[in-house]
Amino acid sequence: MATTYPLQIVNLLAAILLLISFAMLSQRRVVGLVTLFAWQGAALASSTAIIAWSTGQHHLYYSAGLTLLLKVIAMPWFFYRLVRKLDINRDVEPMLNNTATMLIGIALVIFAFNLALPISQMAGTVTRSTLGVAMACVLLAFLMMITRTKALPQVIGFLAMENGLFFAATSATYGMPLVVELGVALDVLVGVFVLGIFFFQIRETFDSLDLKHMEKLREK
Amino acid sequence: MTTGILLQIAQTLLAILVAPLLLGWTNQCRAWLQGRSAPPITQPYRVMRKLFHKDAVIAHTASPLFRFAPYMVFACMALAAGIVPMIANDLPFSPAADAIALVGVFALARVFLALAAMDIGTSFGTLGARREMMVSFLAEPALLMVFFTASLISQSTQLPHIVDTLAHRQFAIYPSLAFAGVAFWMVSVAENARIPVDNPTTHLELTMIHEAMILEYSARHLALIEWAVAIKLFTYSALGIALFLPWGIAPTGNYGALPLALLALAVKMAGGGFVLAFMETISAKMRLFRVPEFLGTAFLLAVLGMLIHFLLEV
Repeated sequence: MATTYPLQIVNLLAAILLLISFAMLSQRRVVGLVTLFAWQGAALASSTAIIAWSTGQHHLYYSAGLTLLLKVIAMPWFFYRLVRKLDINRDVEPMLNNTATMLIGIALVIFAFNLALPISQMAGTVTRSTLGVAMACVLLAFLMMITRTKALPQVIGFLAMENGLFFAATSATYGMPLVVELGVALDVLVGVFVLGIFFFQIRETFDSLDLKHMEKLREK
Repeated sequence: MTTGILLQIAQTLLAILVAPLLLGWTNQCRAWLQGRSAPPITQPYRVMRKLFHKDAVIAHTASPLFRFAPYMVFACMALAAGIVPMIANDLPFSPAADAIALVGVFALARVFLALAAMDIGTSFGTLGARREMMVSFLAEPALLMVFFTASLISQSTQLPHIVDTLAHRQFAIYPSLAFAGVAFWMVSVAENARIPVDNPTTHLELTMIHEAMILEYSARHLALIEWAVAIKLFTYSALGIALFLPWGIAPTGNYGALPLALLALAVKMAGGGFVLAFMETISAKMRLFRVPEFLGTAFLLAVLGMLIHFLLEV
């Protein structure tokens, strides 16, 4: 069992991250999905801040602040606006039913935990046991992208995956160098805005944001 | 050993006698929260006394099973009340059945009630029995998973041992226990036929689950079943307290702690009853076909709790 209270809180936040990943898998409304994404960012930011405080890694404060700014405030705000403008807060129809998705999710979690066990034994950080949770979050976000057909949930799935990777980096090596983190954050931000513009283009061309229509090439 | 046996008998009798009080308290809280004038806290006792004084009416098509089932259900619940540590950990009876057997005891009562409901051959009885079986076969694995999480932490499936380990550890945050606690709450709502899964006060046949099964019972049989329902709620609450809030239960051999344990139990039960009434007030009964999703979530939470225990707490 973990010894110190900061570490226990990080473990608790890791568990909450995993729970939010499952909630995102089962959430059917786009607005609910965006809210969950914001909560995931908040859990991530606070766990990063606690790791920074308890280990004295000061650059982690910056990445925690960046996460808070981008993933809790800016992106959810942008997504809310997008949902309102595109008028897409209908039910997202997933390709599999909820129960089957959840069972696959549990299998993925077991797989990720087993996968992370040898890796985390090599890592030298105090938070290494949360690596399995981070990998599970990545795989669950993958699963979410696979089971959704609409464009916006897929983008949120992509961002959730980025969250998972970020958490993995924090727990295995106390985060990437600040330059890399800044670069990734900027990339993600620009990517989201570009995708936002794409949404309008996709809808104009296909009259829907369902990506099934994009499986075939068509000529004009 | 003799004191242990005395304690065992005292605790079981206490659970059986006090159980309707918890039901009355919950109904009272619910009435207050909903802005109605509340029935007295002793209302369940009055209902039972009235029912015991009446003559039983039994359908012509009923077999002996129908008469026997209420006694069986009551006995199962009394047995379950004897296994769960409520005020003291020193229960000579509890090695006879661990947490897994406890799930079996609840299942036995349920099977008899369902059989009795189908026995008389009315359509509502059959409908209720089928619905009850659907709910319970989804709730049972989740309940077992909750027990497994607690057992993994304390390395034993014996309830007194689990309580001992959980109550006397140094304070630590267990995410796995938190998940298991939420899952246990969802399961116990389903198993005790409370809102949002079932409405205990419903008179609308189409939405009934538990009530549909006991429609044909009257007088002393009905009283026994109502009493068993009260004991079941009490036992589930005691189980939740024992697993997730075990502080205050008197450890083995420490009889001086008994008055304090009684007080702690009363306070926790009153709190639990209020929370149950509050949750029932703020939520609406869900459609029957949403129940599998609800219980699936409970199962998911329990499994996640167990997995997280393996990863983060070993």
